Amino acid sequence: MIPYIPHTDEDRRVMLSALGLERVEDLFQAIPEKHRKPVIDLPPPLSEAEVVRELKRIASRNTTAEETAFFLGAGAYRHFIPAALEAIVSRGEFLTSYTPYQPEASQGTLQAMFEYQSLLADLLGMDTVNASHYDGAAALAEGVLLAYRARGGERKTVVLSSALHPEYIETVKTYIEPFGLRIRGIEEGAWRPEELEGLVDETVCCVVVPFPTFTGTLLVYRSLCMATHEKGALFVVSVDPISLALFEPPGSFGADIVTGEGQCLGSHLSFGGPGLGIFATRGELLRKMPGRLAGVTCDRRDKNGFVLTLNTREQHIRREKATSNICSNQGHVALRAAVYLSLLGKTGLRKVAELTYRKACYAAERLGSLSGFRVTSPSPFFREFVLQCPISAEEVVRRLVEHRIVPGLPLSKYYPDRNQELLVCVTELNTREEIDRLAEALRGIQAKRENR
Amino acid sequence: MTTRKHRIRTVEPFIWELSAPGRVGASVPEPDVPEYPLPEEIPLRRDLPLPEVSELEVVRHFTRLSRLNYSIDTHMYPLGSCTMKYNPKVNDLAASLPGFSEAHPLLPEDLCQGSLELLYRLQTAIETLTGFHSVSLQPAAGAQGELTGVLMIRAFHQDRGDTKRTRILIPDSAHGTNPASVSMAGFTAEQIPSDKRGNVDLAVLRERCDDTVAGLMITNPNTLGLFEEHIEEVTSIVHRAGGLVYGDGANFNALLGYLKPADVGIDVMHFNLHKTFSTPHGGGGPGAGPVGAGALLAPYLPGPVVRRLEQRSQEQPNFREQVEKQKESLHRTGHSVDRTGLPEVYSEYFTLVYPEKSIGRVKAFYGNFGILVRAFTYILQMGGDGLRSVAEHAVLNANYLKHLIEKTYRIPYERPCMHEFVATGEVAPGIHTMDIAKRLLDYGFHPPTVYFPLIVKEALMIEPTETESRQTLEAFAEALLQIAQEAVTSPDLLHEAPHDTPVGRLDEVRAAREPILNRRQTEKL
Amino acid sequence: MTYDPEVKYQKSHEWARKDGTLFTVGISDYAQDSLGDVVFVELPVTGKVVKKGDAFGVVESVKAASDVYAPLSGTIVEVNSKLKDDPSLVNKEPFGAGWFVKIQASNPSEYEELLSATEYEAFVKGL
Repeated sequence: MIPYIPHTDEDRRVMLSALGLERVEDLFQAIPEKHRKPVIDLPPPLSEAEVVRELKRIASRNTTAEETAFFLGAGAYRHFIPAALEAIVSRGEFLTSYTPYQPEASQGTLQAMFEYQSLLADLLGMDTVNASHYDGAAALAEGVLLAYRARGGERKTVVLSSALHPEYIETVKTYIEPFGLRIRGIEEGAWRPEELEGLVDETVCCVVVPFPTFTGTLLVYRSLCMATHEKGALFVVSVDPISLALFEPPGSFGADIVTGEGQCLGSHLSFGGPGLGIFATRGELLRKMPGRLAGVTCDRRDKNGFVLTLNTREQHIRREKATSNICSNQGHVALRAAVYLSLLGKTGLRKVAELTYRKACYAAERLGSLSGFRVTSPSPFFREFVLQCPISAEEVVRRLVEHRIVPGLPLSKYYPDRNQELLVCVTELNTREEIDRLAEALRGIQAKRENR
Repeated sequence: MTTRKHRIRTVEPFIWELSAPGRVGASVPEPDVPEYPLPEEIPLRRDLPLPEVSELEVVRHFTRLSRLNYSIDTHMYPLGSCTMKYNPKVNDLAASLPGFSEAHPLLPEDLCQGSLELLYRLQTAIETLTGFHSVSLQPAAGAQGELTGVLMIRAFHQDRGDTKRTRILIPDSAHGTNPASVSMAGFTAEQIPSDKRGNVDLAVLRERCDDTVAGLMITNPNTLGLFEEHIEEVTSIVHRAGGLVYGDGANFNALLGYLKPADVGIDVMHFNLHKTFSTPHGGGGPGAGPVGAGALLAPYLPGPVVRRLEQRSQEQPNFREQVEKQKESLHRTGHSVDRTGLPEVYSEYFTLVYPEKSIGRVKAFYGNFGILVRAFTYILQMGGDGLRSVAEHAVLNANYLKHLIEKTYRIPYERPCMHEFVATGEVAPGIHTMDIAKRLLDYGFHPPTVYFPLIVKEALMIEPTETESRQTLEAFAEALLQIAQEAVTSPDLLHEAPHDTPVGRLDEVRAAREPILNRRQTEKL
Repeated sequence: MTYDPEVKYQKSHEWARKDGTLFTVGISDYAQDSLGDVVFVELPVTGKVVKKGDAFGVVESVKAASDVYAPLSGTIVEVNSKLKDDPSLVNKEPFGAGWFVKIQASNPSEYEELLSATEYEAFVKGL
């Protein structure tokens, strides 16, 4: 018996006889007989208790951020998630509803979407935020495509900062390949605003930069943005939303398109997904923007309500001329972000960002003062910095894991020649005691070397 | 922040209307490290216009909002092609196990063998169910899976220097995502008509297939809920012309245990885990759109994917070294090798690799893992026979429901349907499908998909799913039949429906003419 | 349904009104009626050079979006900026205030190839 199929033998008998059939298989006659009903070599069904036991066994093979001193970030971040958030978002009315195509039956989802769009627009300082994209990487890739289209499809060069997340760069490459766009900036290793400025000319449709960089450095882009506009190109920023509680949002200095990863706003690490693709534009790009939008309107009695709007941009109407093929997005993750921003609010989010900033400074000071170690990230940085180690960073990770410390990401994962560099991430959840313990453990590594 | 003064009156106030300076809704720890001044060289923001609301008010606000929704947990939701089946609660429990929810995607592989094992076993389960050579779990949703598949077709032709193939054929019953995905992959989309039985028109297909065709995208069962009766002929016509066949797996739930798509010549296909494998839709996502491919296209799958390394016998005490060696040889495409320590010796080891000719990534990390956990949980619980039973009952329910209403609602294609069927809403003069849809809300049912597929006028596309009981189906049919009567006796009841929802029928024209898309824009009013 | 006899039509439902070599272009009453309430019109920049049959703009309702095709070759010398604020003009006065662009024709004889009101009406009735 399967608890998710309610049919009794009697039900099946009544239904089949109404259809004039004997066996349910008779309904599958259109499938070619020689391929019909193949052997499916899957394990036999399990009861719920057995399933839970098996999944707990599998889950126990992971080392989690909760049972270690955890300093790994690099695009997926651990920030505190209030219990009230879990309680709200696990409500079935949110979790088990569909895309709000019937607005009268979906005002809850639609208003929550509208509030998400509003809270993010305010945080980013942008005119329009869509109801979400897949993740920070895919959002950035479609941001580049939007810039390309907005510039009439004639400018075929994209300037990418080499300090973007390496997986985002890979994703952008996948998405732009069919359009024959060229990338400038990666091979050159350009990431400083003045270096990037030198790469912009009339063939460029957009300049794409991270805030902060993949390794945590904060940069000022105002003049690069102006120079980009002077050449007739669009300025695209991939942001960390929490950093924007402290620093000038890209909308303030003229960014045309802002994308980002919103997992840090109230979602779990969850092995890298689902994330939240933040996607924002300036006003005039609105009608070329991909993704759903909730808007305000009213009913016949002049009561206000919400609908999905500007649908003609989308695939179900515009088909091959749509601004994107996206339909399912990350709605429930966007809800998490809206609830997170509502709970944390003006003061809470700022405190989280301040604590994160401070603790990363403290950690950098502690670790950078250790004999044999050196912080190589240009200052200032937010949440993450690069620690140059006396031995291979992978070796550092291996040794510290034995002390239940995950000290960061060896940069050799993405840059094979950066063998001794460790990307250390600190958030408000890392205590001073953990940071000190990390420092002690690293000191132990160096002490061992010196004793040799 | 704005106050309640402005002119928009919603059923539930906006969150910012509940704001009062000084309130907080969450506690943040006091600093335990010295103060470091914020950097001088980076411009700080002057104002952070977020609301200030207490925890209780936030909880009440969103709880009240949630109650304005229809959902599977509260209502039957027979949206055609969307597969709104029950989402088992154990799926959510599994995804929330700290071992999964607190696992970081860039952990050394030794420390995340659990996640990798789960991904591997899910890949394998989908391969088993579909007959495909390999599966990549990376795409975040069905549409991204489609783009992935079409990019793989593109890469395949390009690899062979076959650059004149620029056209992709799509039957006229396809979802809008198909032509949109084709454009994003740099091809032109070309429509193929359906014949009188709702199949692809073979004569037209033959005529259009030549050496400029890169492939065909086909949804089977199609959006009419009908199985393509000549599927093998369709795929072989395309193959003979040198094209490849993309399968849109949006409706794969009808075929579980009844057909492995690879067996009928499909080369590459995506699967909507949020449809077929019962993961919740979350009000619009996240979904998951894994892609399966036959041997020809498997090398092009997006990476990374998970491979299993085995300890073949007890006489191999140096499994660690073997793992290292095997990993080295697997990481051919420059993906760095992870060399951190293996905490204990397992008899199997899972590692991430890029397929040989991978099109690259379509997103960061490895897919919507939380959704993948839920789908895997469902597959474990159902087993092979359970999944076959899912298809059987989904198809039985659709046919039974069709039978209950077909005397009143015209069914344009007269043959057994699969998991869904299309009816027309022309039950009385002046009545449109939308009127019927809105009136259903008053009866406590979410409407079916309306005005799709485009090839049926006034379409009502109904998918009951296997999780609805006979009694619920009968009640739904009863509502539809009553509404058809009302359409004749009191048509205004339909024209003005819904009557019992928090808001009445909303003015979409106004929303589109003067878009108000966030708080700041409400202030313009 | 009205078919303004003063203008000529093409099968993609645009009309052109002749004034020397300057042509005013819009969409037909039939076209606006099929689309439903127009919510947005995307128009080209003035100075754009178009060939007969080129898509030069887009007209959108809530349920559909259609390209608008040039009935004549030439240069776009004026666009109807009023449509930006009030796209409903297309519904209200398709042959009047709802016009889209003015084209300075490079080959005015193309006008002769267009359908007369009666020809167009017959074409529409056959759809």
